[in-house]
Amino acid sequence: MINFFMLILIYSGVYALMAIGQNCITGSTGMLSLCHAGFFCIGSYVTAIMCKMFGISFWLSLPVAALAAGFVGFLIGVPTLRLKGDYLCIATLGLGEIIRNIATNINPVGITSIPRASLFGYQFSSRNKGAFIILIWVFVLIFYILFQQLAHSRLGRAMNAIREDEVAAQSNGINVTKYKISSFVLGAAIGGIAGSFQTAYTLTVSPSSYTFMVSVMVLCTVVLGGMGNAKAVILGAFIIQFISYFQQLTGLTNIIPPQANQMIFGLILVVMMIWRPQGLLGRDKYRYGDPRTFKEKLLAVAKRKGGER
Amino acid sequence: MKILTTDHLTREFGGVIAVNDVNFSVEQGLVTGLIGPNGAGKTTLFNQITGVDKPTRGTITFDGKDITGLPAWKVSRLGIARTFQNIRLYKELTVVENVMMGLHFKVGKDPFHGRFLQAVKSYVFAQRENREMYERAMEWLHFFGIESHAQDFARSLPYGMQRELEIARALAADPKLLFLDEPAAGMNPAETAHLMDVVDKIRSLGVTVVLIEHDMKLVMNICDQITVLNFGTKIAEGTPQAIKQNKDVIEAYLGKEEE
Ligand SMILES: Nc1ncnc2c1ncn2[C@@H]1O[C@H](COP(=O)(O)OP(=O)(O)OP(=O)(O)O)[C@@H](O)[C@H]1O
Ligand SMILES: [Mg+2]
Repeated sequence: MINFFMLILIYSGVYALMAIGQNCITGSTGMLSLCHAGFFCIGSYVTAIMCKMFGISFWLSLPVAALAAGFVGFLIGVPTLRLKGDYLCIATLGLGEIIRNIATNINPVGITSIPRASLFGYQFSSRNKGAFIILIWVFVLIFYILFQQLAHSRLGRAMNAIREDEVAAQSNGINVTKYKISSFVLGAAIGGIAGSFQTAYTLTVSPSSYTFMVSVMVLCTVVLGGMGNAKAVILGAFIIQFISYFQQLTGLTNIIPPQANQMIFGLILVVMMIWRPQGLLGRDKYRYGDPRTFKEKLLAVAKRKGGER
Repeated sequence: MKILTTDHLTREFGGVIAVNDVNFSVEQGLVTGLIGPNGAGKTTLFNQITGVDKPTRGTITFDGKDITGLPAWKVSRLGIARTFQNIRLYKELTVVENVMMGLHFKVGKDPFHGRFLQAVKSYVFAQRENREMYERAMEWLHFFGIESHAQDFARSLPYGMQRELEIARALAADPKLLFLDEPAAGMNPAETAHLMDVVDKIRSLGVTVVLIEHDMKLVMNICDQITVLNFGTKIAEGTPQAIKQNKDVIEAYLGKEEE
């Protein structure tokens, strides 16, 4: 039981990273892309190949995975980002599947017995899940902070503006194409990093784990939490992972077939789009020019919490 | 001095000639009105000039530079700002953020050169940039008297204020030339009166204004020059007095308007 919870914590960490990437693309810039599984796949394979075949350390493979996924994101983005809405969605869906098919054609089995990641002589293995949980969540925290900084900078605001109204953004001097591609590449790169961690945990990669369903799950995570809100998508990652491991957790695998998940995710997407399109937590409203210092803000929050009790 | 001229500007949509061989010009420092019946091609002319759409034929010269066919984001960086007939605010951003978007390309040039390094600097020093942009944006909100709504979502503003916010966002870019597409549409008389004051204030800032408007009282009161379009063709231009007496205009437009 406790093992299952730890597993959920690990996978929700991996998915939280992916969701932060997807959030950059869909939540901030408003591009409906469905190929995060592809970027995830590339990150996984880069780490697998570098660690297994070249004996390079996991830590070195991490930035390479990000670069590789980002580069593929660029290749996909340049032709497709001129498309809008559904068309972009379908084009990226196809390209995501192409990535997986290439991996399948090269080697349908994938890569196994990949060396473990280690830090200062300590080896991260699936037997000690606690250490892995800390590792992955430290990275979620780092990317959360990096993303928040982006969201509240001139660049992130421009992305939001593109989401809200492209024509107006153009008329405010924003080179929309460039921003869209940048946002797509950033999101893809974060997806690649999530892939690296996936490999580091499972120590195997197989093309069958990067299906279209993964992309749907990531999109679902973002929509459920709240588009454009990094805190919310992390919450979304927890909930989605909890749902997808629900049968194993409760021992109901015989009663509830695994396909039920697909229905549940589809249902979540539809229900959220209709009743709460802003997601569980809604938009993150940032107060610019708040003259209070950090300490004063903390005190205000503490006071508010105190008042509620 | 002419700050903007179009030369034989034409825009065809399939068979429809929305703008037909128009020589339009704007005198620096004045308020120019662009009027004409529905579907006359006023918005289309705006779109060609501001780069939202590309002309089929003809040239556009702004401030001595040929800007024909430039994308909108380049045109706006040269000093042309605009508002839209169907309000285009960033609805899910706050009021002050909307105006900060108007300042987007005004802030954060030095000390790094090169686009990539500028982006890195914008990212790393976001807080400092934000403060500068916030303060400048708030000045514009004061200018329009909507500073108390600064932290509201743009979508929650009443209609008249949304129109003014759009003008504030356009002005924040510190343009030489400002295009307003039916700024008074849907406003009540009090809001329209406020708008007229605002346009006066904008003129005194030294910004050249071009506005499309159906409200004849407003047009005749605040415009120094008027150009009239009908079926895509320019049929008259001149002072409000001259336009009021122009036979073609009365036939094509004012006559109909007043029944
Ligand atoms: N994107 C487009 N595709 C096809 N036809 C268009 C397009 N944009 C405008 N038109 C046509 O061009 C003509 C001029 O339209 P435009 O919107 O410029 O008129 P307008 O003078 O702004 O009218 P209004 O006062 O109603 O705003 C109309 O006949 C319109 O149907
Ligand atoms: Mg119009």
